[in-house]
Amino acid sequence: MDVQDKLAILADAAKYDASCSSSGSKATRAGSRIGSTEGMGICHSYTPDGRCISLLKILLTNFCIYDCQYCVNRISSDTPRARFTVPEVVTLTLDFYKRNYIEGLFLSSGIIQNPDYTMEKLTEVAKVLRKEHKYGGYIHLKTIPNANEELIKEAGRWADRLSVNIELPTENDLVQLAPEKKKPTIVKAMQGISEKISESRADRKRGFKSPRFAPAGQSTQMIVGATATPDSKILQTASELYGGQKLKRVYYSAYSPIPHADARLPGQSPPLVREHRLYQADWLLRFYGFEAGELVTQADQNLSLDVDPKLAWALANRHYFPVDVNSACREQLLRIPGIGTRSVKRLLKIRRFQHIRTCDLKKLKVAWNRAKYFVLTSDHNPALKNLDMLDLDRKLRPATQQLMLFDAMQSATSGEV
Amino acid sequence: MRFIHVACFDDWRSEARGLLSDQIPPTEVHWSAEDDQLGLFDQIQEKAATEKETESRSGNTEPSTRFSVPTPFLDLAGHVACHQDPARWQLLYQTLWRIVHGERRLLEISTDDDVHLLQLMRKAVTRDVHKMKAFVRFRKIETEASAETYIAWHRPDHFIMRLAAPFFSRRFKGMSWTILTPHESAHWNQQQLTYGPGLPASEAPKSDALEDLWKTYYASIFNPARIKVDMMKREMPVRHWPTLPEATLIDDLIRDAPSRVNEMIENYEGFSKTAAHYLPIKQDLRSLQQAVSKCQACHLCNDATQAVFGVGPENARLVLVGEQPGDREDIEGEPFVGPAGELLNTSLHQAGIERREVYLTNVVKHFKFERRGKRRLHKKPDSREIYACRPWLESELAALRPKTVICLGATAAQALLGRDFRLSQQRGRIRMTEWSQQTIATWHPAAILRMPDKNRKREMVQQLIQDLKRGAEFSE
Repeated sequence: MDVQDKLAILADAAKYDASCSSSGSKATRAGSRIGSTEGMGICHSYTPDGRCISLLKILLTNFCIYDCQYCVNRISSDTPRARFTVPEVVTLTLDFYKRNYIEGLFLSSGIIQNPDYTMEKLTEVAKVLRKEHKYGGYIHLKTIPNANEELIKEAGRWADRLSVNIELPTENDLVQLAPEKKKPTIVKAMQGISEKISESRADRKRGFKSPRFAPAGQSTQMIVGATATPDSKILQTASELYGGQKLKRVYYSAYSPIPHADARLPGQSPPLVREHRLYQADWLLRFYGFEAGELVTQADQNLSLDVDPKLAWALANRHYFPVDVNSACREQLLRIPGIGTRSVKRLLKIRRFQHIRTCDLKKLKVAWNRAKYFVLTSDHNPALKNLDMLDLDRKLRPATQQLMLFDAMQSATSGEV
Repeated sequence: MRFIHVACFDDWRSEARGLLSDQIPPTEVHWSAEDDQLGLFDQIQEKAATEKETESRSGNTEPSTRFSVPTPFLDLAGHVACHQDPARWQLLYQTLWRIVHGERRLLEISTDDDVHLLQLMRKAVTRDVHKMKAFVRFRKIETEASAETYIAWHRPDHFIMRLAAPFFSRRFKGMSWTILTPHESAHWNQQQLTYGPGLPASEAPKSDALEDLWKTYYASIFNPARIKVDMMKREMPVRHWPTLPEATLIDDLIRDAPSRVNEMIENYEGFSKTAAHYLPIKQDLRSLQQAVSKCQACHLCNDATQAVFGVGPENARLVLVGEQPGDREDIEGEPFVGPAGELLNTSLHQAGIERREVYLTNVVKHFKFERRGKRRLHKKPDSREIYACRPWLESELAALRPKTVICLGATAAQALLGRDFRLSQQRGRIRMTEWSQQTIATWHPAAILRMPDKNRKREMVQQLIQDLKRGAEFSE
């Protein structure tokens, strides 16, 4: 099997990992000859699924001893198998990087032999790239829970970001679909990484020249839609991870039909809108001062699919409005539907020099269609009279499902709601 | 009216400085850019421009006309200057005039018309720079003495070469490269960045052998179950596609996606049910044994004679778990009655354990085999069959609540101790599991029988006896 065949199999096997982020490492490693990291990642290409290609995202091997039902690489799947050697991955990464195809490498792997052995191989790729090729680009290594502490330490030295997948939102989901993975083990692995990151940061702050440990932090991913777990539980798990394990990002991946699907998990179209709503809610948790508990307003404990979570919250909490854009504080402004963090920042600046009218808000490119029902401006805002009307819900729900889908995509990239 | 002709930001800056010190309001100035079409008044403009230049220089040296401009404006102007819109110079001067004449904090008011326009222009330029960083595709050419050079041709929307090139020299420090655009080219020789004239696409290499590999990656990482073409086009505008090797695949990928998804949804592998579906309501050993004969969770029930359930006392403190029934067991309906059972019996005896006090069972309840002539050859159950059958074993263990479980062979060990369990390395170690205080794994007697090396065989038997003994001691 040549490299091209292996690449086809091992890239195909890696595509269900949603993360392709290459941001977070603020300075290029000293002494690098090829590659840089300057904080912001770059998306070098886009595939027709709307996802960006920033990193060369591959598995070292898709042989795996585990039997997680949602995974195409589970031991009981008939998918074709392949295994890269360490030099093959190194050459491929450098060749792609030098042609400016990619921003770096995202390397994951099926578990072969045992967690330690697998982790060792992953780390070796990163180490060879850094030491032998003076590669300074981005490296994201998937960490194998249960792997030896020393190996994780080594991995963090060479990688920009480490991640352990939480896989599914609750412990019960894991028991059901991935019986070999245990939540305490996963959380312990995250905790270990998180401690090492803060240790290394603290040391450097005190002026010690300790080696950097995963400067771009850690992230995780959970699959949504494979079990019946409602959004409220998912957001709660996410919020615990942000708070407890200091994660940079939690990725939500809509359970998507996979080739060689397992009969135990019947095929379905991926719940893309739901995934998108979760990302919006996630953003609200991290940047808008919302709590996980207040975001889910529906009786079934799921986020509304028709309207974004901020709007749904506003509709359910109308006593909070109208918010006066000329006098409200930052926290209040952030709760207005259709106004994002950037607009809030600008509003606060402009407010010092002039009154804010409806036309100013439109010029700031806020989503006026949503915002108009909830804001008090210095001039007359005719839409405000609808705030207490019973049919406001209906006015704000999209006319057709289709249209809404496209709306959703825009804010999926910007993250603004 | 003054007619002023500028080509770049520095030109504009010195002109604007002169105009300001001469107190010329924006309405009195007409700005034109180098790339404008030749107009009727071109001659006059040039003349006016040169006149202006001398004037401004003399004006600038006078200390009385100094003024200061906030730094954010310079940064903004530096970017806007690269925008392709010829109106940019006028707009910049107009804004500068307002800043100097009483509206010092004008830039903070992003809803002001001029500021708003300038910000839009800056955004367009920044985005274009970002897209250049993303979409430049180098092609490698080998020159003499095996030196590598990388060349790319890219078409930006604005005049951004000098904004973007330093990034490439930082990123590809140890690589010689050239980027060509229609307006300007940049070259890096691993030490110095130099600029040259613009060049057409025909000057760049036509292909690179690695592009096939890149296209393979692009096609494989695409998930046909999620189609968001608009999103892709917004972030990767179609006008950039001609220089992106992977873009040639897009049409085919979109066209084939629906049928690939249907295929994925329709085809699945494995068994949709597990034995849990056949478990009786009352889960004592007797009811379980009656229910197991009806089990059809996997297809092994089709060829096997009967399901072989565990045997032994209900209050057994020691449970031995094997892999699956063999040929004899399948016929007689009882575990460990074939040749392997014989070896187990003698081993139990030597370990001082009474077989009738022990509960004997298997991970898989039906015999899996391959027909070879008249003989039925044992075949290892796969992970799907083990998973489907597992609820029987779990129910047995739950009903028995034994003190010790001894796994015979790798299949049993991996079923109860985890799939990363390695019998050759971890045999004989005692571990706690959710079913019993002590779980030990040891050789399966059938594996011992198959061992060709006589000495090794003897050693394995001894180890089996020893492990059985340990298990029995703990179950006391």
